Amino acid sequence: MNEIGDLNRSTSDRTLTLAARLLKRLHLDGPLLVGLLLVCGLGSVVLYSAGGQSLDLIVRQATRLALAMVGMLVIAQVPPNFLRMWAPWLFVAGTALLVVVLVGGDVGKGAQRWLDLRLFRFQPSELMKLGVPMMAAWFLHRRRLPPKLSELLVLAVIIFAPTLLIAKQPDLGTALLISSSGVFVVLLAGLQLRYIFLLGGLAMGGLPLLWHFMHDYQRQRVLTFLNPETDPLGAGYHIIQSKIAIGSGGVFGQGWLNGSQAQLEFLPESSTDFIFAVLGEEFGLMGQLLLILMYMFLVARGLYIASHGQDTFSRLLAGSIALTFFVYFFVNMGMVTGLLPVVGVPLPLVSYGGTSMVTLMAGFGILMSIQSHRKLLPQ
Amino acid sequence: MIENITLKDHWREQRTFVARIFVGVVVSILLIGVLVARLVNLQVTNYEHFSALSKGNRVRIEPLPATRGLIYDRNGQIIAQNMPAYQLELTREGVPNLDETLARLVAMELVKEADLGRLTRLIRSRRKFEPVTLMYQMNDEEVARFAVMRQEFPGVDVRARLIRQYPYGGMSSHVVGYVGSMNEADLKRSDPAAYAGTSYSGKLGIERAQEKLLLGQVGYQQNLVNAQGRTLQTIPQQPPLAGEDLISTLDISLQQTAYDALGEHRGAVVAIDPRNGDVLVLASTPAFDPNKFARGLSLSEYNALQNDPGKPLFNRALRGQYPPGSTVKPLIALAGLQQLKESPLRKNFCPGYFTLPNSTHQYRDWKKEGHGQMDMKDAIAESCDVYFYALALELGIDQIHDFLVRFGLGTVTGIDIPGEKPGLIPSREWKKGAFERRQDQSWYPGETVIAGIGQGYMLTTPLQLAQATAAIAAKGKRFRPRLVVGVRDSASGEISELAPEELPPVQLSDPAYWRVIGEAMEEVNHGPRGTGRASAAGATYRYAGKSGTAQVFSVAQDEEYEVEDVPEHLRHHALFVAYAPAENPEIALAVIVEHGGGGSAAAAPVARKVLDAYMLSHRQ
Repeated sequence: MNEIGDLNRSTSDRTLTLAARLLKRLHLDGPLLVGLLLVCGLGSVVLYSAGGQSLDLIVRQATRLALAMVGMLVIAQVPPNFLRMWAPWLFVAGTALLVVVLVGGDVGKGAQRWLDLRLFRFQPSELMKLGVPMMAAWFLHRRRLPPKLSELLVLAVIIFAPTLLIAKQPDLGTALLISSSGVFVVLLAGLQLRYIFLLGGLAMGGLPLLWHFMHDYQRQRVLTFLNPETDPLGAGYHIIQSKIAIGSGGVFGQGWLNGSQAQLEFLPESSTDFIFAVLGEEFGLMGQLLLILMYMFLVARGLYIASHGQDTFSRLLAGSIALTFFVYFFVNMGMVTGLLPVVGVPLPLVSYGGTSMVTLMAGFGILMSIQSHRKLLPQ
Repeated sequence: MIENITLKDHWREQRTFVARIFVGVVVSILLIGVLVARLVNLQVTNYEHFSALSKGNRVRIEPLPATRGLIYDRNGQIIAQNMPAYQLELTREGVPNLDETLARLVAMELVKEADLGRLTRLIRSRRKFEPVTLMYQMNDEEVARFAVMRQEFPGVDVRARLIRQYPYGGMSSHVVGYVGSMNEADLKRSDPAAYAGTSYSGKLGIERAQEKLLLGQVGYQQNLVNAQGRTLQTIPQQPPLAGEDLISTLDISLQQTAYDALGEHRGAVVAIDPRNGDVLVLASTPAFDPNKFARGLSLSEYNALQNDPGKPLFNRALRGQYPPGSTVKPLIALAGLQQLKESPLRKNFCPGYFTLPNSTHQYRDWKKEGHGQMDMKDAIAESCDVYFYALALELGIDQIHDFLVRFGLGTVTGIDIPGEKPGLIPSREWKKGAFERRQDQSWYPGETVIAGIGQGYMLTTPLQLAQATAAIAAKGKRFRPRLVVGVRDSASGEISELAPEELPPVQLSDPAYWRVIGEAMEEVNHGPRGTGRASAAGATYRYAGKSGTAQVFSVAQDEEYEVEDVPEHLRHHALFVAYAPAENPEIALAVIVEHGGGGSAAAAPVARKVLDAYMLSHRQ
């Protein structure tokens, strides 16, 4: 009895260790990988319903996902030291491309974000989603922490120069994500409380300035957010319909493919920015909580990896990536539920679309690289 | 003090970092708490409210496309209109078995077998309740064939739609343009709300240039739908506003005359009213049938047009850049009068060739034995080259350039349809910038000599030549050429006319110079030795003109054109410019017949036919 039990246990142990060894070989992080696959799986189910039950759409999304995963795998092989050495170059190249886009980029849907590279179109702002935190972490790597005031000024340029270029395109959602990724690096580096309060105060004072820089449609979005009922057929339509979709889902939802808001096309952009409302309508509160849990698991794992990072650069970068991922889904969920203004941030890994997926997966690749390239130290 | 200079305290940093991460976790959880509270508020507390709203959400807003504005010619003939067409449409959600349904439609010859794959992909990529058009234009017989079997095809239906139709077909395709399906680039350019319910936009000519006016304003209706999304009742909301009807300056039957006169030749005719810049004729041959574009062109049809050696899609009147040849001589003569105070009566001897001082190179006259003693009027009437070689050399290239530019040559005329080419009037300045190598950058006297007869680097479009001729006819008054003269309100029928736009006129120090040139150009047609006298024989009115023959060396008139493919003996372009009547002119025109041979032989008869049609039957 005992022997058989032992035997059984050791075979299952062996398969486990085999999987673990394979993951280690590939520099992949098991928990992160499982979490990512779960989110993408749930995402595809919702997307199938939101996209009018088009298999085509799912196939295209899956193809992009697979490509992004390959990208993640490649980046996971690169040791953090290499990433650090390349950080300034990535940043400089990305900033230069942003300028190029602003001067001569392709105008898509009235905004200048794209660079046409013949083979594919490319958004330099995506590059900066990683470029800015990497640059900030690189800058702080050898310096004594917490950063001094003069260093903070340099960091402000590193973070806000690209942010302004992107906000000018105009792409407020991405500008928000990029500036927060940079700010997270500085906060995690141990920025003193007095500076935090000072900067917070400055930011409040800067709001009118931001208003001045906004395009009409962006101002309209903010106004509509404050009072959606004023414009029920125009800009407020999105928020009203999205709230109806979520609210009518109740606790358990109306069932897959049965959400009338999404299926009858009352909900605009149901397969892209507003896909969280489809989840709420068809799977209810439970479905949404499930997705939030999965996301929080990814964030938690990211923060765990960050706190075990072995040098300043790794720690700061990993922490920033994990927290920015949080901002990413929180802002989307906030805007879909009417908590935040509509700024055009997709639901990460779930919304239909390819460009942001590659960057997200690259970010997770960096986390995996940081986790898997740790030198063994006595615990 | 000492340790806080450079030492990095890793342990302290790590501790701070973990503390900060902890703060981050706490803040994140608080934020998620707010979010979840919001969700509970929406989905539990207010569930009844939103559920009721959702159930009541049974009204779908559907766009109603506006009827596109019509285009009339100056005499009220319709040149672009909307015709009802029966289209076969399929809606996926109503079809029990898509492949089998399509197969049966193929068997009934309503869908082509070759299109099956493309259609299947198209249908699957659309939402299940969006109709997909299988056939764009069904004839009566096809409609009948389907109608009999209709109950066998749930989800497939025949619907009447409006499609654009051009009663005059190809002859005005280059100027009126056409509408076609919007591609990705068109969609990006335009406001999606304005194009809701339409999939067509103007692609060329007036249809493109006046898209905003023609399009109209999209309307909306509310459809009451059941839980499956099927329409139960329609509530009209805001009716669409039809696009504006446009009155064009074209005289469509004169256009027809010009088109027919060009016949099988490749060429162009542009006729302008010198009194206001109205473009009466803008023809380019060969042409294409715009109706095919309106009902959807297959790829093979499009490729056939694209690869046709005659380049039917190429608008020669606007985009063809040709050396003006001798048609530039009246302008050179005017430049001589104005800039050099040259006496028109001074005679020059023409031995049949011209040489530069200290050079033996002979610039030939087209008449080998020479014209003998020539004054200015003779030189224009007989198109003596030697006279103009000498005059050009005396003027110098920069004076020639400055003078020709005042007539609008070398720049776009600003006509109100897109795609115009600027042509080229060379100068020293231009040559410096145009060539890579230093030795190519300096200007040679020989190049000035041939510029005197409109050869060398000089390039003009037929539209520019017509505009310049109109300026001569109007004694220096110039207008921006225009194709749209007014807008007719589709509701009230009221016509609002646009005022012609005057351009800076050409002012000469002595207005009598205009008469000298005018008389000389009359001699071309009515003088005993005029180059145009053969085509002018029997005319019941007097008209002024000038022939031209453009030799094309390796200079292609446009980048798409393969001159090398054309046999040597076909390389002369025939040109003719004219205006009529000689006193108080009402029409000025330019004709080009590609590879037609001499201007007086090939282009002058075309000009005469158009002028006859205008003078004898169209004149109001």
